[in-house]
Amino acid sequence: MILTDLTLAQARAGLRDRQFSAVELTDAFLAAIAEVNPRLNAFITVTGEAARAQAAAADAALAAGDTRALTGIPLAIKDLFCTKGVRTTAGSKILAPFVPPYESTVTANLLRDGAVFLGKVNMDEFAMGSSNMTSAFGPVTNPWTRAGDNRALVPGGSSGGSAAAVAARLALGATATDTGGSIRQPASFCGIAGIKPTYGRCSRWGVVAFASSLDHPGPLARTVEDCAILLGSMSGFDPKDSTSANLKVPDFAAACRRGVKGLRIGVPREYRMDGMAPEIEAIWQQGLAWLRAEGAEIVDVSLPHTKYGLATYYIVAPAEASSNLARYDGVRFGARTNGADLIELYENTRAEGFGAEVKRRILIGTYVLSAGYYDAYYLKAQKVRALILKDFNDVFQQVDALLTPTAPSAAFAQGEKMDDPVTMYLNDVFTVPANMAGVPGLSVPAGLDSQGLPLGLQVLGRSFDEETVFAVGAAIERAAGFTALPGIRAGG
Amino acid sequence: MSLDPATVRRIAKLARIRVSDADVDALGADLNAILGWIEQLDEVDVSGVAPLTGGSQMAMRMRPDVVTDGDLQDDVLSNAPDRAGVFYAVPKVVE
Repeated sequence: MILTDLTLAQARAGLRDRQFSAVELTDAFLAAIAEVNPRLNAFITVTGEAARAQAAAADAALAAGDTRALTGIPLAIKDLFCTKGVRTTAGSKILAPFVPPYESTVTANLLRDGAVFLGKVNMDEFAMGSSNMTSAFGPVTNPWTRAGDNRALVPGGSSGGSAAAVAARLALGATATDTGGSIRQPASFCGIAGIKPTYGRCSRWGVVAFASSLDHPGPLARTVEDCAILLGSMSGFDPKDSTSANLKVPDFAAACRRGVKGLRIGVPREYRMDGMAPEIEAIWQQGLAWLRAEGAEIVDVSLPHTKYGLATYYIVAPAEASSNLARYDGVRFGARTNGADLIELYENTRAEGFGAEVKRRILIGTYVLSAGYYDAYYLKAQKVRALILKDFNDVFQQVDALLTPTAPSAAFAQGEKMDDPVTMYLNDVFTVPANMAGVPGLSVPAGLDSQGLPLGLQVLGRSFDEETVFAVGAAIERAAGFTALPGIRAGG
Repeated sequence: MSLDPATVRRIAKLARIRVSDADVDALGADLNAILGWIEQLDEVDVSGVAPLTGGSQMAMRMRPDVVTDGDLQDDVLSNAPDRAGVFYAVPKVVE
């Protein structure tokens, strides 16, 4: 048995049946990281010693009959989640020296449930990007390559390290965050599953903030059921996050077995974009055919403001980012670059500490919030955002879930789409609307394109109805029978 | 709306990010491309629409106005780039 080949659910069953120990499982993943990570750059920090200690504690707990949801399960943690005593960089030079004295609520929940943390994984700087090319710690390489072409591809972003680590079997699952598509687009590019839950389902406390009204923590894993298990642990009411929802956490894993018989699945016509690759259209139609065969009813619907989602996002997100990132001033924590006076210290620190994309977004945000422009940009965007939410509310009167492509393309090469910022932004055209509305969205691998690269389908659902989203995603996963593997992986 | 070099410098000043003279033009071009693309929102009719301010559709929760945490001076200061005793240290502000 190659331990790194197991799904999270299989590994959990194996631990409970004593087929192997938690220490053996963790050692297998640490060995895989040592072997494969130099080719991927998925991990920024590996915490091998702490992981072995957590695994030993998990073995002791299992021996004592204390079996929790994730006892002994090795995970990778996006370097945006504060981890007590373990450096947390947000992919930025400005946080390179930052060692949080506290644990984020989501990671604390995972530790409470017995998880083992292998280390912190790479990401676009402050989660701003769709390619992982903006990390101050270097790009991440996608474990997949095009057939007959060895060029390094991007894993997507911003949770590129999380997705690459899971796809290459360097962890059983990973935490991630999604502000405009940063869980779902990397899941699609790397051939794995990922869910952005409803806004308020997972606490944002201790997650380095990018755009607070759009930031959603969530999991990435190899299967839909594994995502359901992880989300069950990550979720829950947190008094420390004023937007945390005080709702009972459903049994998401059970929902994966529900089936789709009798569900009404909407096909939003605005997601059929001009110039979209025919293969993406084909896989979308295939997904609808699978759901129809399982007893779902397919319904054409309209989300008329879809095309304005991205432009709205690029006002709201930079505005919130410019405010959130004001705290990086070189005084209280993080890197400092000195200056002759305090103002110069601030300006030098932020010029040195932030990368080009982060600076662009802070400046856009500062501009759209500045006197004289606030109404024309920011207030206008908030109103369009209300219309986007209304689109979803209207459509969920008619259908139980929506099926769309996750991204307008498969993974692209490192260095492509870098000529101007807007080209890169278009990656998130199908994922951004769900962040604007706060509704849950899951990406599930559905097939390969002609170059051998994975393509994902996105399931969108009603607020706080992740269960239906999991039911639909799991049905597609069963029908797709996606077993293709990336070229770069543990045991490969 | 288009940003001239003086506006780029003014925004950078507001954002407390030093921008060298050599970078102003390229940065301005990037920002103008983004703002030009954003202007597609002009075609959306938002008359009578109330702005959506947050991600949550739930009412904000009230909490008791009490101290819940404290006595964490060392933790709070543990990441300071420079400190003097129990204070953050910065270049001299007042002569």
